[in-house]
Amino acid sequence: MKQLLYSKRLAPYFFILPFLVTLAVFWVVPLGRSFVMSTQEVLYGQATFIGLDNYERLWQDRIFWQALFNSLRYMVLTLVLLIPIPLALAALINSNIGSARIKGFFKASMFVPALTSVVVAGIVFRLIFAESDTAIMNQVAEFFGFGPVRWLRGDVTGLVALLAIALWRWTGVNMMYFLAGMQAIPTEYYEAASIDGASRFRQFLHITIPNLRPTIVYVVTISVYGGLAMFLESFMLYAGNNSPNNQGLTVVGYLYRKGIEENDLGFASAVGVVLLVIVMAINISYLVASGTFRKEAA
Amino acid sequence: MTRLRTTVSMLTAALAVTALAACGGSQPEAPVKNADGSTTLNMWTFADVHATYYEEMAERWNEANPDQEIQLEVTVYPYDDMHNKLQLAVNSGEGLPDVVDIEVNKFANFVKGGNPPLLDLTEAAAPYKDDVVQARLDLYSKDGKIYGFPTHVGAFTTFYNTEALEGAGIDYTTIKTWDDFQEAGVKYHEETGKAFGVASTSVMFLEPLITAQLGGQYIDADGTVQVNSPEVVEALSMMKDMQDAGAVSTIPGGSPDSEEAYGAINDGDYAAIVYPAWYTSRFVDYMPDLEGKVAIAPAPVVEGAEVQTIGGGGTGAAVPAVSPNKDLAAQWLAFAKLSPEANVAVWEVLGFDPVNMAVWEDEEVTKNPDNKFNKYFQTNLFDVLNEVKDGIGHFESFSDPNWPTVDDTFRTVTLNEIYENGTPVQEALDQTQADLQNQLGQ
Repeated sequence: MKQLLYSKRLAPYFFILPFLVTLAVFWVVPLGRSFVMSTQEVLYGQATFIGLDNYERLWQDRIFWQALFNSLRYMVLTLVLLIPIPLALAALINSNIGSARIKGFFKASMFVPALTSVVVAGIVFRLIFAESDTAIMNQVAEFFGFGPVRWLRGDVTGLVALLAIALWRWTGVNMMYFLAGMQAIPTEYYEAASIDGASRFRQFLHITIPNLRPTIVYVVTISVYGGLAMFLESFMLYAGNNSPNNQGLTVVGYLYRKGIEENDLGFASAVGVVLLVIVMAINISYLVASGTFRKEAA
Repeated sequence: MTRLRTTVSMLTAALAVTALAACGGSQPEAPVKNADGSTTLNMWTFADVHATYYEEMAERWNEANPDQEIQLEVTVYPYDDMHNKLQLAVNSGEGLPDVVDIEVNKFANFVKGGNPPLLDLTEAAAPYKDDVVQARLDLYSKDGKIYGFPTHVGAFTTFYNTEALEGAGIDYTTIKTWDDFQEAGVKYHEETGKAFGVASTSVMFLEPLITAQLGGQYIDADGTVQVNSPEVVEALSMMKDMQDAGAVSTIPGGSPDSEEAYGAINDGDYAAIVYPAWYTSRFVDYMPDLEGKVAIAPAPVVEGAEVQTIGGGGTGAAVPAVSPNKDLAAQWLAFAKLSPEANVAVWEVLGFDPVNMAVWEDEEVTKNPDNKFNKYFQTNLFDVLNEVKDGIGHFESFSDPNWPTVDDTFRTVTLNEIYENGTPVQEALDQTQADLQNQLGQ
């Protein structure tokens, strides 16, 4: 027994066991079950094998494609907004403009939204973007001379509201990632560059960005996943899973509607499996393209 | 190395087995009694007012049945949350309450398949069955078994803001048919510039009503969707024509039963709301400024219609089959929902039109001058209900297992396409038909 406990060969396995067990119980087993269920029709206490029928229905399902389009569109636009803007803000904070106290306050206030509950934020944004002409966004619109907009009824305006939540909530988090990455870059590089006469912008382009690559790869990867898996923001903004013309419906929202609201768990499992395949396909090809899997050459 | 692998795999296997065993379903247990001999019944509902009502009915039950006292613990969840939680609970067979309120548009989800997770309540209903509107029991029945008890009839009525109408010289009592309704609406709209009726996008009530008056259905007798059948097309076209003429308009919040809409109606922005009778409670609770200014009248009809009105909305209270206290729960529930005294309370506490029709004629109850609903409205709800009583039909599509999907598609897509985006009715309904057939695998 003692020999077993002190065994050097066994120790590493023992230390990673908690992770392996959680991975198995909460990830591999449910994943396997989802695959199985996606080939079944599941009703109370009965599951009938129906082959690939669920996938066939999915393929022909206009609403699924719409949900997928919505999710992809949202994901791409969050990447467009949530990489450059936080990057620029992080560079600003990392520079020697402004006093440290002001920058500290700025950092904190940018980060606070990430600590709030999406549920509360969603409700507040719903009120901000309400239809009545006394709602904040409509007052802003009126100030600029156009007038009450029915924000959550139009496809594009609804998307604007969703992106506003994403921007408000995640700018601070991404900014922190980038800031941490920037502060790990040795100052010698910048000194050397400035001696050579490189402008600030060129330093940013040729020193900061290349050195930040691991951080950028990480942020893009989680943003791709986060964008495609978005659900709660839309659920709260539209006060439920039903938005006009399904304009706010995401893939996860559709999975939820089918599985939980309409009790078609087999079909919902098929949606989940397809989402997993898409997320993995995008992220793995991105990671391969960005060279993450290559052995570090430098 | 071999020994090591064996140990690791055995450990993993042991853990997996324990984890799986923990997920196994448990069998219904024997009834559980508290120390004082009472039984605790847990109940879920999605409306605050319902909770008040059930607590009242639990007290009355305890007075009448001291040997079978219950302790009712009601939990109120938001509408979607409660149904989703229940859906997960019935699928796993764990964490279920003893009694639960299920909204009519969700009910069909819980009686799918050959093995519904709800208790067959036919026997518990037997003593009261003859006095109750059969159509409302049918709504919560499947294959001849009753799985839920109704709360109200939900007959359609029209709520007219008489003050606003008088200003435009309109006498609501002359409005009988949809043509009259349209004519009055156009006149009102031209006179005042304000909206008259409502075309809801997030709730579908008027369209099934008109379809039923035309003698049609959304789903045929074999369960096949037919949302582009002539009657449905005509019903939607009538609504669309009324919208184009200015007699009905969309409303903030998508339907009269939403917070944004309460404000608009309270401000007098909409003069005629055609809605199920239970909408009385929304006026009394949320629109205090209209007290004394609203008259109730029958819903408009299609000329020569056999079915004058149908029940709209509703809640079926059910008992999950795995509840250890299911027998007592069923007995209490029958008392709380179907007995004559329960039906009096449905009107007095909730302001709904009770399913026990004997109550409709009991003038002591219906004409009670102290009743808050009688005080609020200019006309008496039961005078209106008794007028249409013989024309209340059952809209079969409401109790079809696929109704939740149909209703959902209309409320998210079709009604928006037609009333908001101006898609032609036939085109929108053909598209919906194709989508639904694919979604439902028909």
